[in-house]
Parts: sequence; structure tokens; C-alpha cells
Amino acid sequence: MKQPLTRRNVLFKIGGTLAGLLSFAAARTAKAAVQKHFVSTLAPKGYDPTKHKWLMALDIEKCIGCGLCVEACKTENKVPKGATYFRTWIERYIIKKPEPGSGESRGEVLVDSPNGGISGFPPALVPREEILKSFFVPKLCNLCENSPCTQACPVGATFDSPDGAVLIDPNYCIGCGFCIQACPYGCRFMNPETKTAEKCTLCYHRITRGLKPACVEICPTEARIFGDLKNPIADDPIQNFIAKNKIQALKPHLGTGPRVLYAGMDKEVR
Amino acid sequence: MPPDTLLAMTEVLPHLDGYVYPNEIRLLWSVLIVIYPYITGLVAGAFILASLVRVFQVKALEPVYRFSLLTSFSFLLAAPLPLLFHLGHPERCYEVMMTPHVTSPMAMFGFVYAWYLMAVLLLELWFDYRKDFVEWSKSERGIHGIIYRLFTLGVTDVSEPALRLDARLGKIITVVGIPSAFLLHGYVGFIFGSIKANPWWGNVLMPIIFIFSAIVSGIALCVALYMAINWGRRVAQNLNCLDMMARFLFYALVLDAAIETLDWIHRLYAAEESVSVLKTLASGKLFYTLLVGQACLGTVVPLLLLGLVQILRERIPAIGRQRIYFLSSVLILLGVFAMRWNVVIGGQLFSKSLRGFTTYKTELAGQEGWFLSIALILLPFFILGIMLRYFLPVKYVFATHAQSGHNGPEATLADRISPELPERPQKKPAL
Repeated sequence: MKQPLTRRNVLFKIGGTLAGLLSFAAARTAKAAVQKHFVSTLAPKGYDPTKHKWLMALDIEKCIGCGLCVEACKTENKVPKGATYFRTWIERYIIKKPEPGSGESRGEVLVDSPNGGISGFPPALVPREEILKSFFVPKLCNLCENSPCTQACPVGATFDSPDGAVLIDPNYCIGCGFCIQACPYGCRFMNPETKTAEKCTLCYHRITRGLKPACVEICPTEARIFGDLKNPIADDPIQNFIAKNKIQALKPHLGTGPRVLYAGMDKEVR
Repeated sequence: MPPDTLLAMTEVLPHLDGYVYPNEIRLLWSVLIVIYPYITGLVAGAFILASLVRVFQVKALEPVYRFSLLTSFSFLLAAPLPLLFHLGHPERCYEVMMTPHVTSPMAMFGFVYAWYLMAVLLLELWFDYRKDFVEWSKSERGIHGIIYRLFTLGVTDVSEPALRLDARLGKIITVVGIPSAFLLHGYVGFIFGSIKANPWWGNVLMPIIFIFSAIVSGIALCVALYMAINWGRRVAQNLNCLDMMARFLFYALVLDAAIETLDWIHRLYAAEESVSVLKTLASGKLFYTLLVGQACLGTVVPLLLLGLVQILRERIPAIGRQRIYFLSSVLILLGVFAMRWNVVIGGQLFSKSLRGFTTYKTELAGQEGWFLSIALILLPFFILGIMLRYFLPVKYVFATHAQSGHNGPEATLADRISPELPERPQKKPAL
């Protein structure tokens, strides 16, 4: 290091170091981008995600809150047991009658989801005559078009698959939890065993093999409807659902573009 | 009864009011994520104080120039640790820099941090200290001499033009450093401000609030530490310098308080869907940390105290001013910590369904417990202690300033007539 200390020398050294660091990072980014497209996503070989567009729809009028879907999901996807880890769960809304003379259209709104509704719901604590109406709302990943979770992931471990699923690479996730904070629907959780973020994959290992997601398969009232928008079948259930119902989505004002469809939803549902 | 139900019934869940999405019942970001923006804010604030000397030529602050730089540096070294400890997979942390996802504000972390550490603080310190390293490497024997020689990085030219180049580059780096400090902490604010899912966080003012609270906390830290160190070293307080620091602290606090008040006025006036849950949060779960801690003790009381000094000035006796400065600084430091707590923990106490609240209790031990948190907060002070021993020793702290051109106006006679080096501890330096 006998070079004289000149501005040129110093700037050269600083610039060289920075350029080295940046090019190394750029190389890794490129490699990761390639990897992501060839990564095994539990899909079988030959499955082409660009040829499908999966969608789930929920008919609130049909849901009876039995909780079989929650249980099936936990079993099928090995979701950790415990009351704070769910890829899908059911909420019960109880809207009380307004106080007489209050001039309100409805009374207090009570919402609960005991253990995600996995074992059904206990009788409501509100006396039957005070209830204006009550209904169940199944919740799951909203398969957003502009998914805020994907936007937030600092390493790109979570990504939007071309077939509409929003997936996480568990071997890549660093477990920072930013995506969980970014999801407006509370659909993500930190798996306490793998220490990575987890969410509904639409049972990606099943749908890519021509099966339905576990929750759809088990639903006794067909409250959950599932289909492929790019490959409609004869008398397609999801096309019929869209044609016959007034459709709503959850929190559309946030601009996340939620794709999961709800029919028969009340304004109290958030 | 199925085993799942049994497990759920025996599982101890936090106390809930109203309805909370099941996945939100347990808080995800714990006290470690409170500490991270707190420490980063101190880094940025202390650097802004140093830049007042270098760029804005505030002569009265020269005695704290090197001190505030070293404070900034010590805290920056400790800043990523809370994040690292919090990650589910800390061993994959390098991916944030190697494969950053460009749309994520968090992916900026590695670059902003590295830029700030290596391109701003290390370089500025090195250019400022290079001449001293050269001198110390000659006057010191044994291992310390070798270490100082290593710090010179082989650049031992202390001729007049070389020193002029040092000073010029140092100044350029400081000029670059000011926006970098804003970037460092503004981006932390943006991490929270960009979360539109959370009405408590998703706010365009968030980065600005973070920047100003950072400046406030950084100056307050330097005031409190500078006074404490002078007491510890039995050196008279430099009132001229303290008055100036307190004045800047007051100005910064006025801006900070104004912006945070504006934030609240806007929230209450716009009264969006979330306003009722946020009001309940502020007056309920966050009553002590937000209204009492952050607003009252951390902002209003120091504003009044420091404002009083600005009005009365020399009419308050020196010892009274010192006490006011110290008390205000400590209150501000606690208030800003409360602010970080209110943002990070407060934002997770209510459900995104806007229908209920959960509770948060920190464990004592464990990865996210109080012990580790306290250790992580104390760590930068420990690093700073080592730094001060090696780079700002008591005997010639002012003398070196005089030599290197940062002439402290109060280089005492005793310092000048006893230029021999102080006894050095046998520990290795932290660098």
C-alpha cells in the first residue's frame, strides 16, 4: 500500500468495492429468478401453470358452520394444531335486533370463531329471540391479483403463480413475518415448527393432479365452489355461481384485487 | 372429543376482547422489533448532530463531534442484531442482500445498512481519525501500536495536502451522510407506513415521523451520554456546547411534536372506518405508553422544560440548566422508546377485522424475552464504552481536537500540559 493518497486512488478503491458487491448481488438475483420458474411447487411434472386459472367461491347461504373444511385442511396440509394457525377458518356472525325505538336498522354485531370453527360452533350466548340474523363466513387466502404479501416479501420467497395461486417457497422464506403483517385478511401465519410463513395453497399438490382442494371436497353443502376459469367443464359450477349470484369480495377498497368470490355476504363482514 | 379440540381447549391463549382473526391472536413482532427502530433512530439522530458541526459549521458543538459520530457508529453495529434474532431463519438472512425482492421495502435493509456503515460512518470516522492513527501508531508501543497501525490501512501520509484531502473527503461524506441518515430511518418508517392492511401503520407521514423522532432521540442520547460521561470523568460540563445541543433538541422536538399532532388531527378528522378501533386502542390498551408516556412525559414535559430554557436562557443558573437538559433528554429517550412500542406493538394489538383486541405479554427469558431485549439495548452502550476508551480518551480528548482542526474552544490547560497517553486497558479494541 505504498500508493500516494490521492482522490483518484481513494475513489477507485471505493468504487471497485461497491461494484464488486453489487455485481455479486445481481448475479444471485438472476440465479434466483431462474430458480423460481423451475422450482418444484409440489406440482407433478408436465403441469403447466399458464394453462389454468384457479378460483374459489363461497356461498354464505349454504355454509352451516360444521367445521369439516377446517379440519380437512389441517389434516391434508399438516397445519400445526392449536387455535392460532389456520389456512382456512369459519367465522360466525350474529347480528342482534336493534333496541326498540333506537331507530337503528340492526343491533350489536357479534363475531366468533372458536378454534377456527374446527369443531363446529357452540350454541350462541345470545337468546334466540334477540337475534336478527346469523350466518357463517368461511375465510381463506383471497388469491389477490395485487397481493400485498408478495409485494412485501424481502427475498421473493412468496410469489404469484400464473395459475392464480399465491405460494411460498419454504426453503427460501427467512421468517421475517412481513408478509403476515401485509395481509389485510389475516390469512397468513408463522408456522412454529418450520419457522416460515404459511398460507392456503388451494391444496396445490391436489389441484395440479386434477383433484379439488380438501376443503371443497369435504364440504357437505357445497358452500365452497372451485374451478378452473381457463378450462370450464360442462355445466361448470363456478361459471354457474358467477352467473346466478350477486358477487362480492372482501375489503375491495384496499386495492388488493381479491379474487375469491362471496355470494350472500352482509356488509358487516370484514 | 377429538384431540385437536382438547389441545385447543388446554392451550393458553392471550386474553381477547371482541373478535380477532385466529392467525392474529398471537403477536408476531415482539419487543425485538421495537428495539430495532429505536436503535436505528439513535444512529440517525446522533449522525445528524455530528453533521451540524461538519456541514453547518456550528462551532459550539465541536466538542461532541467525534463523540456523536462514535455513538452513531456503536449503535449502528448493534442495530441489525434484534432483527437477526427475530428472524425465523437467521441463517438465511444474507438472502435479503443476495436476492433482494425489489418491491419490498424490507429488502432495502441490507443495502441501506451497508451503505450507511461502510460508505458513510466508517469512511467519515477513518478520514477524521487517520492523522491521529498515524501519530498514535508511532507513540504507542506493543499491540496497541500495531492495532493503530492497522487502522491507518497503510496510508501514513500526514503531509499538509493529504490532510486537506482528508478534511475535504470527510466533508463530502458528511454531506452524503445527511440524506443517508434520513434514508436509513425514513425507510424504517416506510416499512410500517407501507402496510395498507394496517390502519395504525399505513400512513404517508410515517417515514417523516420516524425521521424526526430519530433526530430527537439521537440528540437526546448524545446530551444525556455526554453529561454522564463528563460526570464520570470528573470533567466540568461544557455549558456552551450543552446549551447549543439543547437548542437543537428543542427545535427538533417542536417539529416532531407538530408532525405527530398533525397525524392525529388528520386521523380524527378524516375519521375513516378504522377510527373507532384506533381511538379505543389509544385510550385503552395504549393509555400508559401513548398518552402518558409518549405524549405527556416524552413530549409535552420536555417541550415545556426546554422551551423555558430558550426563553429565560442565562437567567436560569448553570446547574439548573444542566439538570433540565439531563432530565429532558432522559424523558425524551423514554418517550421515543414508548413511541416505537406504540407503533410496533400497538399496531398488532387490534385485529385487522377492526372488531377486537388481543394482548401482549413479553416473556422473561427466551428468544424474544426481556433478558435478551435488555442485553440488546445495553450492547451499543458497551460498544461505545470500548470506543471511547480507545478513540476518545479523557486526557487528550480536547487536545486532539485542537490538533486535528476541530478546535474545541475549551481545550483546558490541564489537557494541553499533560499530553502523555492515558493508560490503556488490556482488552482488544472492538474494531
